Amino acid sequence: MTLFAIDWLLFIEKLSLIIIIIFASLGIALYMTYGERKIAAALQDRPGPNRAGPFGLFQPFADGLKLIMKEEIIPNHSNKALFILGPALAMTAALMTCAVVPWGDKVVLFGRTIALQIADINVGILYVFGVVSLGVYGIMIGGWASNNKFSLLAALRGASQAISYELAMGLSLIALLMLTGTLQLGEIVKQQQAPGHLWNIAYQPLGFLIFLVTAFAECNRTPFDLPEAENELNMGFHQEYSSMKLGFYLFSEYINMFISSVIMATLFFGGYDVPFLDESTLTPNIAAIVGIVALLIKVVCFIFFFMWVRWTIPRFRYDQLMNLGWKKLIPLALANMLITGAVILWLHK
Amino acid sequence: MQALTNRAKEVDRRQMTFLESIYLWNIFKGMIVTFKHLFKKRPTIQYPEQQRTFSPVFRGLHVLNRDEEGRERCTACGLCAVACPAEAITMEAAERLPGEENLYREEKYAARYEINMLRCIFCGLCEEACPKDAIYLSETFAPANYNRRGFVYGKQDLLIPNPKTEAPELAKAKGIH
Amino acid sequence: MNAIEILFWLLSALAIISAMMVLLSKNPVHSVLWLIAVFFAISGHYILLNAQFLAIVNIIVYAGAIMVLFLFVIMLMNLNKESEPKRNFWRILIGIISGGSLLMILVSLIRQATEINNKNALMESGNIGLIKTLGKLLFSDYVVPFEISSVLFLSAMVGAVVIGKKE
Repeated sequence: MTLFAIDWLLFIEKLSLIIIIIFASLGIALYMTYGERKIAAALQDRPGPNRAGPFGLFQPFADGLKLIMKEEIIPNHSNKALFILGPALAMTAALMTCAVVPWGDKVVLFGRTIALQIADINVGILYVFGVVSLGVYGIMIGGWASNNKFSLLAALRGASQAISYELAMGLSLIALLMLTGTLQLGEIVKQQQAPGHLWNIAYQPLGFLIFLVTAFAECNRTPFDLPEAENELNMGFHQEYSSMKLGFYLFSEYINMFISSVIMATLFFGGYDVPFLDESTLTPNIAAIVGIVALLIKVVCFIFFFMWVRWTIPRFRYDQLMNLGWKKLIPLALANMLITGAVILWLHK
Repeated sequence: MQALTNRAKEVDRRQMTFLESIYLWNIFKGMIVTFKHLFKKRPTIQYPEQQRTFSPVFRGLHVLNRDEEGRERCTACGLCAVACPAEAITMEAAERLPGEENLYREEKYAARYEINMLRCIFCGLCEEACPKDAIYLSETFAPANYNRRGFVYGKQDLLIPNPKTEAPELAKAKGIH
Repeated sequence: MNAIEILFWLLSALAIISAMMVLLSKNPVHSVLWLIAVFFAISGHYILLNAQFLAIVNIIVYAGAIMVLFLFVIMLMNLNKESEPKRNFWRILIGIISGGSLLMILVSLIRQATEINNKNALMESGNIGLIKTLGKLLFSDYVVPFEISSVLFLSAMVGAVVIGKKE
């Protein structure tokens, strides 16, 4: 089955994988909104949404329906094309990261061995950074196209925050990459899976901490949610947005959170690796399912942590945010890099 | 100045050390506090299904009383309206005509009796002012409404069911309240 | 015509059309966004040449960082039609002459260059663009220029800090 020199079976395989992963991410993000409200409620001694369906499980659909039914307002003097492009870009950039994440090992279906990863490219982590750096455009274009000075200011605030924390994020991972010696995410998980090798968190606790903080900032989550700042600072870059466009912005934040949880689990917590279990004793399909479940459990823990932090810590002031990013995290990341390099050199001698 | 409690803390304005300035320890302490709340009892009352029991002295929505024979007690003296600090009560008096003795207890009665529940502050002064035991504050509160008109309660909204002709309704109303 | 050729032509068309839109669009913000589209098309070409590292770095550095700064400046300048300079005949003439001579130079250079005549680019194979090969090259054959450029960046950083610091 080759036409135009394409292996069409591979094409179909990858296409279905992409569709499944995108819809799974959307579904998880949908229920993250429910989880957010439930966790917020639990931390504040409330029951949370419980009217729509059993335990309020249909609440996300009710919320989505509400957003869709709302009036769609495009401001008069806004730049219409860019106004629509903004949320679309935010959503696309959020979903694109899924491509390099290894969701599990291989499964055997219809006599084909299928890797549960859309693309195990050579520069996996750099790809993640590339896509993260594109996330800024959704914010900036949305803020500018609204033709509202407060939106524009919020967009600038958000963009400069994202750029500042990208630096610390990159630096914190360089130390990890020195250890792994590869940028391929699949390879990094395989290394952590190997017997006698601990998860990377054991070797890079400081790196993980910095990555965690910067992930909060990149996802615009509290304590770094200044770009949105619902209750002060005049909303944020999506002030003029309504209906499903606003929904896209809010939704992309949840997808970002999901993806960054997956990346953290993959890089530092062994990805789909189950501790104290030798996957090679299981049949490939069962091992893959166990692996996916393990990854999802780790991800859910991270998502809970994201929400737990949101309902604990107040928002940073903008100067505190910049101070933390430039004067604390970047030097820490550099020191971590130096120490890791020195230790690697010392051990290899 | 003498402090009221000994819990006041002096604000520490010293420069933070590096470890303090990355906030980790304090954030951790805060996280523990919120985590404990996961396991606390939730005081929420699921309103339409569950209802809080009110104390007998609760001052809620007004009712206009009838006597045992089902006659309205109110004689439209206007003392409640005078006593009302929010000026929520409006009334119009009328003279009882022959043949209406089974409807009104006194010779004068209220043809119109309105309480604006948006103005009412539920202080209960009308209850205290009434010489005829005609107005009481019950143990319910005014339900929400879509327009202002709906909050002006007329006589029909306030009167309790007639014990003679509408005994089951009265029993039901008493059972709930 | 195989898939790679189809992709090549698609990406080339995208690159050229976007590059023209950079020049033709009236709104400077649109120009910047079209320029980003050009970078993406070029990154696509790099991927076709199996130079993944180059492709990603192109996106991170140009699309992700430099163009964001461009957008920052343009958005804050509030450029619109009124602030656009008036076109007059002489200006257009000068533009046509200088642009045309640049085009002529480029065309004649490409026609004369013998090394690239009748040679095909390596598609989908070759590992010169992979991160391992590139890293080894940078730290062995080209270590001096690499370190010099890093010193250059450091001095630029120090300069920025000095300028940014108040007395």
